[in-house]
Amino acid sequence: MTSAVLEVEDLSVEFGTEDGTVRAVRGVGYRLDRGESLGIVGESGSGKSVTALAVMGLLPTGAKVRGSVRFEGTELLGLSDARLSDLRGSGIAMIFQDPMTSLNPVYNVGYQISETLLRHNPDMKQRDARKRAVELLGTVGIPSPERRVDSYPHEMSGGMRQRVVIAIAMANDPDVIIADEPTTALDVTVQAQILEALETARAETGAALVLITHDLGVVAGHTDRVAVMYAGRIVETGSVEDIFYTPRMPYTLGLLGSLPRLDREEARLTPITGSPPSLLNLPPGCPFSPRCPMRRDVCDTDEPALRRAGGDLHLSACHFADELVDTGADQVFDAVGADTEALARFADAAPATNPEEDPV
Amino acid sequence: MTDIEAPGSAGTQLPPGEREFTVRQRTQTQLVLRRFVRHRAAMVSLVVFVLILLWAFIGPHLWHYSYEKYTEDNSKPPSWKHPFGTNSSGYDAYAQVMRGTQTSLKIAIMIALGSTLVGAIWGAIAGFYRGIVDAVMMRIADLVLTLPLFAIALVISSRTGGSWYWIAIVIAGLTWAYVARVVRSSVLSLREKEFIEAARALGASDVRIIFRHLLPNALGPIIVNATILVATGILTETALSFLGFGVQPPDTSLGLLVSQAQTAVDTRPWLFYIPGAFIIAIALTINFIGDGLRDAFDPRQQRVRQ
Amino acid sequence: MLAYTVRRILVSIPVLIVSTFIVFLVVINSGDPVANFATSRQPAPSKAAVAAFARHIHANQPVMERYWNWITGVLHGDFGPSVQANLNIGHDLFTRFKVTITLVAAAMILALIMAVVFGVFSAIRQYSAADYTITFFGFLFLAMPVFWFAVLLKQAGIWFNEKTGSQFLGTIGEKSPYLEVDTTWNQFTDHVGHLILPTITLALVSFASWTRYTRASMLEVLNSDYVRLARAKGLRRGKVMTRHALRTALIPLATVTALDIAIILGGAVITETIFQWHGMGEMLVQAATTLDVYRTMAWLLLSAVVVIGFNLVADLLYAVLDPRIRYD
Repeated sequence: MTSAVLEVEDLSVEFGTEDGTVRAVRGVGYRLDRGESLGIVGESGSGKSVTALAVMGLLPTGAKVRGSVRFEGTELLGLSDARLSDLRGSGIAMIFQDPMTSLNPVYNVGYQISETLLRHNPDMKQRDARKRAVELLGTVGIPSPERRVDSYPHEMSGGMRQRVVIAIAMANDPDVIIADEPTTALDVTVQAQILEALETARAETGAALVLITHDLGVVAGHTDRVAVMYAGRIVETGSVEDIFYTPRMPYTLGLLGSLPRLDREEARLTPITGSPPSLLNLPPGCPFSPRCPMRRDVCDTDEPALRRAGGDLHLSACHFADELVDTGADQVFDAVGADTEALARFADAAPATNPEEDPV
Repeated sequence: MTDIEAPGSAGTQLPPGEREFTVRQRTQTQLVLRRFVRHRAAMVSLVVFVLILLWAFIGPHLWHYSYEKYTEDNSKPPSWKHPFGTNSSGYDAYAQVMRGTQTSLKIAIMIALGSTLVGAIWGAIAGFYRGIVDAVMMRIADLVLTLPLFAIALVISSRTGGSWYWIAIVIAGLTWAYVARVVRSSVLSLREKEFIEAARALGASDVRIIFRHLLPNALGPIIVNATILVATGILTETALSFLGFGVQPPDTSLGLLVSQAQTAVDTRPWLFYIPGAFIIAIALTINFIGDGLRDAFDPRQQRVRQ
Repeated sequence: MLAYTVRRILVSIPVLIVSTFIVFLVVINSGDPVANFATSRQPAPSKAAVAAFARHIHANQPVMERYWNWITGVLHGDFGPSVQANLNIGHDLFTRFKVTITLVAAAMILALIMAVVFGVFSAIRQYSAADYTITFFGFLFLAMPVFWFAVLLKQAGIWFNEKTGSQFLGTIGEKSPYLEVDTTWNQFTDHVGHLILPTITLALVSFASWTRYTRASMLEVLNSDYVRLARAKGLRRGKVMTRHALRTALIPLATVTALDIAIILGGAVITETIFQWHGMGEMLVQAATTLDVYRTMAWLLLSAVVVIGFNLVADLLYAVLDPRIRYD
């Protein structure tokens, strides 16, 4: 238990809007051990990014945050901004989605990296910060970093800029790196390189990683555990194998079924019909029920709790999780061609999981 | 923005722009309207502005004093008989303010319509043809933009001053270039959109593309700018009239009324404050309406650049 | 940068020539000073006198030649003949320019300071009561006619002087008459006293729109990803505000300020008229009323040079402050 660097418990975030209260996050909990990596998967609007920003304490002032976020045993919620600032960038670092807008256009990248170094190392000299910035740029794979350190963001490509953002994130040897869709805004060809740079950053710093994405493929290759989010909640969580081989929540099944794959000619996608519910005035019951092919009456009245399904670490929020044993997306969703075999092959690429942890 | 599916499949002889546009425009218009109605300040302003408009244009026919006829009362404060009082020569200020509002509004609306019409077409042509046409047309527009509006209007009006339409033409002749720039930049981005390419692929003529596809889709910025020009127009005209270069007696404008009352701020304050308040009310409501329209057309973006 | 500056100045010359030529055409066609001379004098001047007057103001020359003579004359410091006898336009222009430039500079500085303070404050406290108040007054001042506000201020100045029994707030002229004999300190306070009300008036012309601009620009930056990343790096709010938000948000204000200089010059005409300054405003009004072609042209030429100069400075400033803009 003591090895956890980040523990999130029953976190909920609400925003007051003109039309009413938006419950963006509703009781999310996870636990991250030192050096471990967790993938958070979900559609846009499922609360992934809001959860991350709540952990960082970077939500706009209007947001109401409840629950608990503990970093190395220290409760972060309710901490003063000054204390939080000391932690941000050194204890927990964050990488944002769009590298084109993440860097300030009027400062060169060297300055922007030095800034975080000098902020957390008051005794560091300007010159040393610069030297370290060059090193960091080299580490994340930027060619001729001595020259690039004086470049402005607009002189770099999106992939280069995201490497700079990764360099900033790893600059102070953080214990946790939260990467919010770090590859979404980039070209497919660059995505793999950025994930590799992220791996390098992790290896160098030994940081634990929270990788937020909507791409199950990214999760499979780069994380130990997965949490699937829907409508502000975690609806299924487990090891990568659990999720890919034996999903116990129709939504997860749907996500797997809608993975585009190039490995099978006849493979057809099984889309999930409909769209996620509005988080404003969420009706009672399971939020996925309107889109769920397995929906029964109980789904419209009771929201299922996150319960054990299968292995000890495999939790699912579905009334009928047990019925889903050995079920493929094609059997649940009305489509032909999705096959679990290929999905399983995806999971093969994933590193083995750590069986001791207790995710909640 | 996938506004437009190619009409039918390529090769059908469906005229471009007809059906698919009406469909899109209605939904778009409804959206814009709904957003505008929700903008409370803009809605209230619209009501106030329309009331002022009706009052200024219909009121004079119903009111028992004329703006150009003396009454037997001199320098009377507001009363039931003279709601806005009278001036030292015995003119009924209510009739005069009504007439002044009418003249000022007439000029301002004419400025907005005139410069929008010229500017929109100018900008659309420049943006559509690009290249040398664009370069020449925009250099001309830039040249006009460098002319100091107020000073030039003042110099020209010293000759043409008096008739309201001349004042409108002079000011519109200096403000259209601003509209042209705005329209050009939106046309430049629009012309790269799929539906313009689709229209061109289907053999639509340039004129048709400009008037049926580009201008209707640039309607948002055009309307917003036209609204703002009404405010610019009324402030410019009243300032000219105030200095004696705009509307001339016996006709009157709000600016002229303020000018005539400037020595009477202490003695007959009603003559000074009421026309001033009308100028502010008109410009204020127009600005709020413009703001509401901008939000309605472009809810995401708070426009920063002018 | 130097090459760019030189090129910009060289490019401005033809622009200036074309635009002054158009303006010249407009001005000579917008009034007939000769007819005015013939009809408005008592007793009516003789035919010979009218012809001499026409010759004196070059009204009998063909347009092209007339323009050429004027523009080459200007290069030698000769701004052409005025319809008023014994009026040296060049001398008149520069005396008045000195008066007006003080007012314009003071008003711009005041407007900029107020715009930045209120705009930034409004953005930081978005949707607060203060924000709504500032926004409301912004809209109100945007709709306020300058001449109306100026008359009101002048009245307030007179009232203030009566109440305090002082003459501190000057409401007539840019300085008190016969001041040259007084001490330097008294001259200075007299100038300042006369400057206050007109400066407030003229600042009003642009303050409201600049405030709104600053607020919008600041909000955009505050909601930007790079400000969020700066916070995620651990920088405190104050530091993010000054180093990342303000710096980036205020750069475009340079351009907006420069673009508005023509509007401010127009506002100066109104302000000077109401406060009875002997500056460029009075000059333009007099020149327009007396159909004085060369005096009008001198005014417009100077204002064109000021506008072009301001835009050049703004562009250069922009390039210095924003690395994305590079001129070469």
